[in-house]
Amino acid sequence: MDFITQLLNGLGLGSIYALIALGYSMVYGIVQLINFAHGDIIMVGGYAIYVVLVMAGMPLWLAVLAPLVVCGLAGMLIERLAYQRLLTHNAERISLLITALGVSIFLQNLFMILFGSETKTMSPLFGSDSFALGGLSVTSATLINIVVSVVMMVMLQLLVNKTKIGKAMQATSEDAGAAKLMGINTKRIILLTFAVGSILAGVGAVLYINTYQQIRPTMGNLLGLKAFVAAVLGGIGSIPGAMLGGYLLGVLEQLTKAYITSEVTDAVVFAILIVVLLVRPAGLMGKNRKEKV
Amino acid sequence: MKKRSILSLALAAALLVLPLAGCTESGSESGGSDGDTIKIGGLAPLTGDLSQYGVAVNNAVLMAVDDINKNGGVLGKQIEYLPEDEKGDVTEAINAYNKLVSEGVVAIVGDVTSAPSKAVAQKANDDGMPIITASGTDAEITLTGEYAYRACFIDPYQGMLMATYASKELGAKTAAILYDSGDSYSTGIADAFEETAKELGMTVTNKEGYAHSSTDFNAQLTKIKASNPDVLMLPVYYSDVVLILKQAKQQGLDCQFLGADGWDGVVPQLNGDDSINDLLAKSYFCSQYSASSDDPDLQAFLTTYKEKYGIDANMFAVLGYDAMHILADAIERAGSTDAEAIIQAMSETNYSGLTGTTTFDENRNPVREAVITTFEDGAYKVLETYQA
Amino acid sequence: MASRLKKKTGVFYLANALLTIVLFAVLLVLISGRTLNNYWSGVVVLVCINVILAVSLNLVTGILGQLVLGHAGFMLVGAYAAANFTRAVVENGSLSLYVALPIAMVIGGLVAAAFGIVIGIPALRLRGDYLAILTLGFGEIIRVMANAESLRPITNGAMGLSVETFSNRTDPGAMFAFAFVVMAAVIFISYTFGRSRHGRSVLSIREDEIAAESMGVNTVYYKLFAFVLAAFIAGVAGALYAHHIGMIDPSKFDFNRSVEILIMVVLGGMGSISGSVISATVLTILPEVLRGFADYRMLLYSVILICVMLFRPSGLLGRYEISLPGLADKLLHRKGKAAKTEEG
Repeated sequence: MDFITQLLNGLGLGSIYALIALGYSMVYGIVQLINFAHGDIIMVGGYAIYVVLVMAGMPLWLAVLAPLVVCGLAGMLIERLAYQRLLTHNAERISLLITALGVSIFLQNLFMILFGSETKTMSPLFGSDSFALGGLSVTSATLINIVVSVVMMVMLQLLVNKTKIGKAMQATSEDAGAAKLMGINTKRIILLTFAVGSILAGVGAVLYINTYQQIRPTMGNLLGLKAFVAAVLGGIGSIPGAMLGGYLLGVLEQLTKAYITSEVTDAVVFAILIVVLLVRPAGLMGKNRKEKV
Repeated sequence: MKKRSILSLALAAALLVLPLAGCTESGSESGGSDGDTIKIGGLAPLTGDLSQYGVAVNNAVLMAVDDINKNGGVLGKQIEYLPEDEKGDVTEAINAYNKLVSEGVVAIVGDVTSAPSKAVAQKANDDGMPIITASGTDAEITLTGEYAYRACFIDPYQGMLMATYASKELGAKTAAILYDSGDSYSTGIADAFEETAKELGMTVTNKEGYAHSSTDFNAQLTKIKASNPDVLMLPVYYSDVVLILKQAKQQGLDCQFLGADGWDGVVPQLNGDDSINDLLAKSYFCSQYSASSDDPDLQAFLTTYKEKYGIDANMFAVLGYDAMHILADAIERAGSTDAEAIIQAMSETNYSGLTGTTTFDENRNPVREAVITTFEDGAYKVLETYQA
Repeated sequence: MASRLKKKTGVFYLANALLTIVLFAVLLVLISGRTLNNYWSGVVVLVCINVILAVSLNLVTGILGQLVLGHAGFMLVGAYAAANFTRAVVENGSLSLYVALPIAMVIGGLVAAAFGIVIGIPALRLRGDYLAILTLGFGEIIRVMANAESLRPITNGAMGLSVETFSNRTDPGAMFAFAFVVMAAVIFISYTFGRSRHGRSVLSIREDEIAAESMGVNTVYYKLFAFVLAAFIAGVAGALYAHHIGMIDPSKFDFNRSVEILIMVVLGGMGSISGSVISATVLTILPEVLRGFADYRMLLYSVILICVMLFRPSGLLGRYEISLPGLADKLLHRKGKAAKTEEG
């Protein structure tokens, strides 16, 4: 019984990783950038909820909507201000990476100045009931996390595979130059990809607050790193891969804590990542791109 | 090419000039007591992740300096307090410490967290600079030498105390520990708790760690629940405490909870949320001071602090206020700002402040009773003073 | 032409060496004589340590062209190895720190190099971002394990390990002397390395790995060579850091530290040693100069970082090198020209 409880705990946590991992994966797929500022977008979403719900005392539906809007806008703004120039000039990818790190430092310090460094605690958004199913107890947050993440992935798959914009995204990711020649406004598509990824992070923020109810300016660090690991594990650039990676990482982490060691869990998690990368360099569901000669 | 070389030249020139400018700026190294002020340095994380603790200490020290200066200062001179930010980083702390020494301070109040405090204390002993940390609880800080003092309890003492309390007063036979394995404070208390608990014949069913800034404790709590301990020791800071208790409640964990002085701060974190009040009602932690005492000085401090800074004073603030007063008191009794005289006076301290009467033991740690505190309706409730 | 070039390189090396010695002597006199106070002399030592780190990472990221995100891990390993050695021999009085520190640096470097081999062999099979992720993973594993209870006898866990230091009271110049000499050696080694047969092979891997391989360059060997050399130097830097600060704990060597070093390399210009030296120096001194801005200094730092990347994506110096005598030469030349035109 304990095992199943641990498994469900893991899936609940993994759902949040998965949603964030989607953003990493989409952005990587289209511009080959490890967007280290992505974890901090969750933090921005968390503070958006805090401002709307606690500081302004507005209703719950607004508090759920606010992070989606704020994160989406933040994502686009960051792309426009920090990355676009580098992308259009075809700068070396490492410059992009450093810029992303710069954005991450900027966001964390900005929010530290705005809200202070202390942890802020809120009440759960959707109640904190536990359900007893037989011998198991499952929290409502865990169930919500799993359901929402699955719904989000399905919606994203539909967006990418069934709509014109989605197809343009695929084309840009496959070959940006060719896509441009085919009349696709790749600049706009890249901007949109950032927006979609960031909105998903906004959804992640809602789930995160509902589950853990705490925010602080540096919360994106560990969360972002874990989600990034999840994206790589599943195969960066692949949507189902990011989901799989997220769930897998959550479950692996919980089971490691429960049955191997709670003290050095992260070491075990990273060791698993390394083994996977060595056996399957492109991740579990990633495409192995052959080097052009 | 030309542009580039001009740029690099400018850079090179700037690099050469900067340090030189710096050293001439603070050329007067001697005598912090020359002139009509006594310079006292302050080290704290005023920005960055740990600034919540550092700002509290610094605010309170500023208040103490104000109070002392209003009452005529020390040795008939006003105190000039020079706070330096160290961002919670050991390297920055050493830089900031060196800067203060170069500015000619006679003593330092700092640092706030354990790792920088230890690093700075080592340098202070080497330089012969009296230093008192308000809240650095790592046992080794004051063991670095005779110039380092502190105003708070040490980690091993708190761990030992709570284990004794659990065994003797709560009658606990089995205990579990959940601690932050990336944090010195948490690890120090957890180790001491485990050791004493075993000595007293208790069984430690689980000792579970978690990575610093984790938010999910469900796996550990499920495991702890399965071994059904009488008490669960949580030697962590208040924000983690609230998070752990919420998850413990969802898991249906049924035991008593123990904590150390890091729990002081739980009540403001609740933000009116009463969902874990039942768990808090069976929680006990050792506090450095009695929050509900009617000591007029303490109440006056708490009210003024709130008026001045708009937030409630926490343990860090209370300790910071006392640390500055203990230091000022020692300088006054020393009759000079000579380092040897100050530490001689420090060792003879018998100061009555917000945390009660402080004297120092041979390791320069305060000898004081701890205040066992619990909660009632989401507010602190002082039970008793306790000494193991 | 060839002989002139050769002669020029000889003069170049000589002039560089002379200027370095002069700089060393001037700084040593300033620090030992306490003209440069404790604060600034401490900062100078940190500058040296950061320069060593940046130059070492530049070997892998700049010259070899492989992105590494776990450099702090090697620093950690070197720091702990060295600290344990000096703790053992200095405490029981068998060696003075003056003798123990150089040995400790070598030990720290060797242990870090051993880790470099163990990590490098599997990691260097991957390239690009995957290599970066792998090194990030290894770096995190090293840091997390340093906190583990079973390794406490060596690391003292999160509580941090105290390390022997030189007394500021009796000898303020000692730490600087060690740090500067190591820094000069590291710069010299990586400069000559970049121009050696080995170095050119490594460079060819950066430009085109497949072409290099087909030209008969043993890419596996040279990649590993550069990687392990960088790890060794990072270990030495870790040893210096530990004995400068006097206290090490694992959280000091986290992902953020690795990023800090990487930023120094990229900001200076990937592959440019002088770029790494300049940017490590500036980025160490800048936060001290900005102390007055308190809250805003990190914000300012990140904005500067983003702006440099946006408007000079290849870093301040790109791949160019500047040198002290080169600069002087150019200056004199220009002055000479100016004088001539005036005459005319």
